[in-house]
Amino acid sequence: MNVAKVLDAKGLACPMPVVRAKKAMDELESGQVLEVHTTDKGAKNDLPAWAKTSGHTVIDMKEENGVLTFWIQKG
Amino acid sequence: MAQPKKKTTIILFSGDYDKAMAAYIIANGAAAYDHDVTIFHTFWGLNALRKEAPVPVQKGFLEKMFAKMMPRGADRMGLSRMNFAGIGPKLIKKVIKKHNAMPLPQLIEMAKEQGVKLVACQMTVDLLGLKPEELIDGIEFAGVAAYLADASEGNVNLFI
Repeated sequence: MNVAKVLDAKGLACPMPVVRAKKAMDELESGQVLEVHTTDKGAKNDLPAWAKTSGHTVIDMKEENGVLTFWIQKG
Repeated sequence: MAQPKKKTTIILFSGDYDKAMAAYIIANGAAAYDHDVTIFHTFWGLNALRKEAPVPVQKGFLEKMFAKMMPRGADRMGLSRMNFAGIGPKLIKKVIKKHNAMPLPQLIEMAKEQGVKLVACQMTVDLLGLKPEELIDGIEFAGVAAYLADASEGNVNLFI
């Protein structure tokens, strides 16, 4: 997978992961992929919900040692 | 994504730290959703917009009393529950730090950065004897009609 940008949002609580993801996404072109790292458990639902509503696609997600990683493609 | 932006409007009536925090978290989230966001501050919610430092202004006796009895700025606001004469806010700020959440003054700062429109209700500003120079910069003053104009197009409208 071609990742255009990596966002480290570890340690941040709601609403920061989504706020940062939005900022990072604004700098990308349609079709590019953003990789987001977060430790906020709420982000498990928050980021997919935000992506869906904003027209982006969550390509993949994994959880490892309490860190959630998302790959989101800009719509 | 050519469709017109969605709108969120929030009326912040409460002057409680916890309720204002909820309002500003929702506002910041909505801004991240690319909504046009307006927070309309009225009555005690106006205290969130007060500058922390006292501003020398001419006021009558009643207005001076109001100014003294209301918290000067977001950081001085009390909790809606478990305030314990001011100990509650200290505890909650400790917990906020521990959980890496954002304290209210930073949430307000971030909302401004994200382009959230902060509005002070002119009528209640006058009632409480507040002067524009006592409130933070970058806010607008408006009334019920301006709020309704935003809210009637709003997808999310909240009263807190």
